[in-house]
Amino acid sequence: MGRLDYLAKRVLKALVILLAIAVMNFCLIRLAPGDPASVIAGEAGAADAKYMEQLRHQFGLDLPLSSQLWIYVKNVVALDLGFSYRNQRTVAAMVFERLPATLLLTLTAFALALAGGIFLGVLAATHAGSWADSLITVLALGFYATPLFWVGLMLILLFSVNLGWVPAFGMEQVGQGLVGIERSLDIAHHLILPAITLGLFFVAIYARLTRASMLEVRDMDFVRTARAKGLSEHRIVRVHMLKNAILPVITFAGIQAGQLVGGSIVVETVFAWPGIGRLAFEALLQRDYNLLLGVFFLTSVMVVVFNLLTDLVYSLADPRIEVAA
Amino acid sequence: MVRACMSLLFGLAVLFLVPALALAQAPQRGGTLASIVNPEPPILIVGLNNQGPTLMVGGKIYQGLLRFDHDLKPLPSLAKSWTISADGRTYTFKLEETVRWHDGKPFSAEDVVFSLTKWHTELNPRSRAVLQRMAAVTAPDRSTVVIQLKEPFEPLLLMFDATALAIMPKHIYDGTDFRTNPMNQTPIGTGPFKFKEWQRGQYIQLVRNEDYWKPGLPYLDAIIYRVIPDAAQRAVALETGVVQLAQSNDIEPFEMPRFRALRNFEITGKGWEMFSPLAWMDLNLREPPLNDKRFRQALISAIDRNFIRERIWHALGRVPTGPIASTTRFYDKDVPLYPHDPERAKKLLDDMGLKPDSRGVRAHLKNLALPYGEVWMRTAEYVKQALAKVGIEVTIESTDAGAWAQRLGEWQYQTSFNFVYQWGDPTLGVARTYVSSNIQKIAFTNTMGYANPTVDDLFARAATAPTASDRQKLFSQVQRILAEDVPVVWLLELEFPTIHDKRLKHVVSEGVGTNASFEDVYFAK
Repeated sequence: MGRLDYLAKRVLKALVILLAIAVMNFCLIRLAPGDPASVIAGEAGAADAKYMEQLRHQFGLDLPLSSQLWIYVKNVVALDLGFSYRNQRTVAAMVFERLPATLLLTLTAFALALAGGIFLGVLAATHAGSWADSLITVLALGFYATPLFWVGLMLILLFSVNLGWVPAFGMEQVGQGLVGIERSLDIAHHLILPAITLGLFFVAIYARLTRASMLEVRDMDFVRTARAKGLSEHRIVRVHMLKNAILPVITFAGIQAGQLVGGSIVVETVFAWPGIGRLAFEALLQRDYNLLLGVFFLTSVMVVVFNLLTDLVYSLADPRIEVAA
Repeated sequence: MVRACMSLLFGLAVLFLVPALALAQAPQRGGTLASIVNPEPPILIVGLNNQGPTLMVGGKIYQGLLRFDHDLKPLPSLAKSWTISADGRTYTFKLEETVRWHDGKPFSAEDVVFSLTKWHTELNPRSRAVLQRMAAVTAPDRSTVVIQLKEPFEPLLLMFDATALAIMPKHIYDGTDFRTNPMNQTPIGTGPFKFKEWQRGQYIQLVRNEDYWKPGLPYLDAIIYRVIPDAAQRAVALETGVVQLAQSNDIEPFEMPRFRALRNFEITGKGWEMFSPLAWMDLNLREPPLNDKRFRQALISAIDRNFIRERIWHALGRVPTGPIASTTRFYDKDVPLYPHDPERAKKLLDDMGLKPDSRGVRAHLKNLALPYGEVWMRTAEYVKQALAKVGIEVTIESTDAGAWAQRLGEWQYQTSFNFVYQWGDPTLGVARTYVSSNIQKIAFTNTMGYANPTVDDLFARAATAPTASDRQKLFSQVQRILAEDVPVVWLLELEFPTIHDKRLKHVVSEGVGTNASFEDVYFAK
């Protein structure tokens, strides 16, 4: 079966899954008590019956739930994510405005985690039993067990408040009117702490996975053969061992890619990063149903796409794995 | 001789100091103020949204007819003068004549009529109740507005602050659907600052209105409100100078000791006179034993409200005596008082026949915690401990804001916490909580279900009594009855600190604090 064929089938399946997800999201959100009208009344500190009725009518909450679901599904099929009445803007505009910030943050963290994790894992495996190995193992365990927000706050305390090296929050300098290269550098500067915070947890996972997997491969026959052929240790590790040890890491990276947006809610909040995770969190607190559904839907799309990519990367990393729908 | 020398020295000092002080206090033009907005408002159009952050940012863009000082005395704003007829039914406002909207169109009395009769009546639940008392709002000429009332309403003027009745541009909104007007993304007001840019999730930027109708003002070039969702980061931002001003609940009370110790900040609790938020433990009076007055008196006696003030709120605010905050007009301290007295509480419970069981428990209560930050959770935990000491076992229930407002609105709770604004006058902000006509299935009404015909009558008569002294008598009576009845357990007159860089001057100069226009705020060099 060709790769294109396979892709078409997977995409078709994905579309059905996404529709099911959309319906499930809708039902799940409605299970939470409270609605946008009660939240707005709560925030404003004053309300009367007319006000509540107006709000509910405006949000379409006075329709039966089944009609609301039907309207939502119809819209999703037409690729219309709806309107956020609370913000008086389309959901698509709000989401796509915030998506780049999240992608920048999460992909940087992802790259950082993969590179750092694999490097440390290889280092630990090749020096198994040494003090370096122990240090990496202990650090990995520490990062794995520490809550993200705490790591974030400690990094801020050290590098921003005490040393003053990097900005503590925000995505760029406000009101400076920077453009081009200067703006990119400024954003990169702001990116350092949140990306490290978000990446550390996964560095830990990749380091441990890589180490375990490398140690497993280390004693296999083909490695011994390679060594017998007199290949340099460097080449053995890179080509023979790592290439074979990398599969579990890819599996996990695929899962993580899907989770990136979820994990970024905490980091985006701590670092005041204007991303989609925070948008989702605020939408949830405010019961901004359309906006929340929009974010959910978009992240579902991302999970499905990342899964697809992971499967493709599998077959590239190890041609023995066949693509089959 | 010594005395003469001293006075000479003193005179010299005055001679040198006075000009120096005068120089230092001459307002400086220029500079950008960075502050915090939390939470990020959904929209900046006052009326369409009336949350605190919207009013704070909107207060720089939009203006009301009047402003109010710390004693809630009216000051001119868009109205340069006003007269009230002898029968208290006709209010005539003379408007400033050189005012222009931010898009250059002239401001006129028609805008005021539109705002009062259409905009706020349609959108604003807080103002609607008062606007319904008006028989007619007319504009005899471009700079005069006349309001005819159905009957006298002494607190009327208090409604003309921008936080209650901001004047909106008729030429943009009249005849449109207010809620979907595309101009809702770019507010147009008459205020000293114009809307420039809003990067969602990051900041809102306002810039100086070069054509502001008060010549020479404002002093600041721009104000940037940064969105910082995390409380720890807000404190860092203020401490490291990234922002120069924090207000409302930007900074958690437990940070106060730290900021008080820092020399370069000024901290004030002033500027909340218009709102005077009063916090209480909300009681669902439909549920026994909460329907028994003795039980409620036991609750208020068992809770050490000074402890709450000192230890949880770090000495911010005051312990209330009753329903009207001491910072508001018509407050009367001559009411039944409830000092911390667990023995009295136990005796009251004994009288009710609530005897301790084998574990010492006399009654069970559920508390729907108020999800508005750490400090409320700690208050809930303290109340749980304090009540346990007199044999009342409290179970804390957690929710988020949406669920909290809904459960309170549907009366699905036993006890909760709440705080509401008093809006400068008991008729405007206090009566709504205790009158039986406002028992509604909506949060911030009389959700307790408290009904007392005498109280209803007193509040109704106080609303339309012609003079302040007539009203004072009625409000004094109502305060004594409520303090005896304890329909809610009053916990604290909240005081939200405004913390700012010392170089920033004139920050809090009105009864609405940092919601004011900031036209005369400046950085001293």
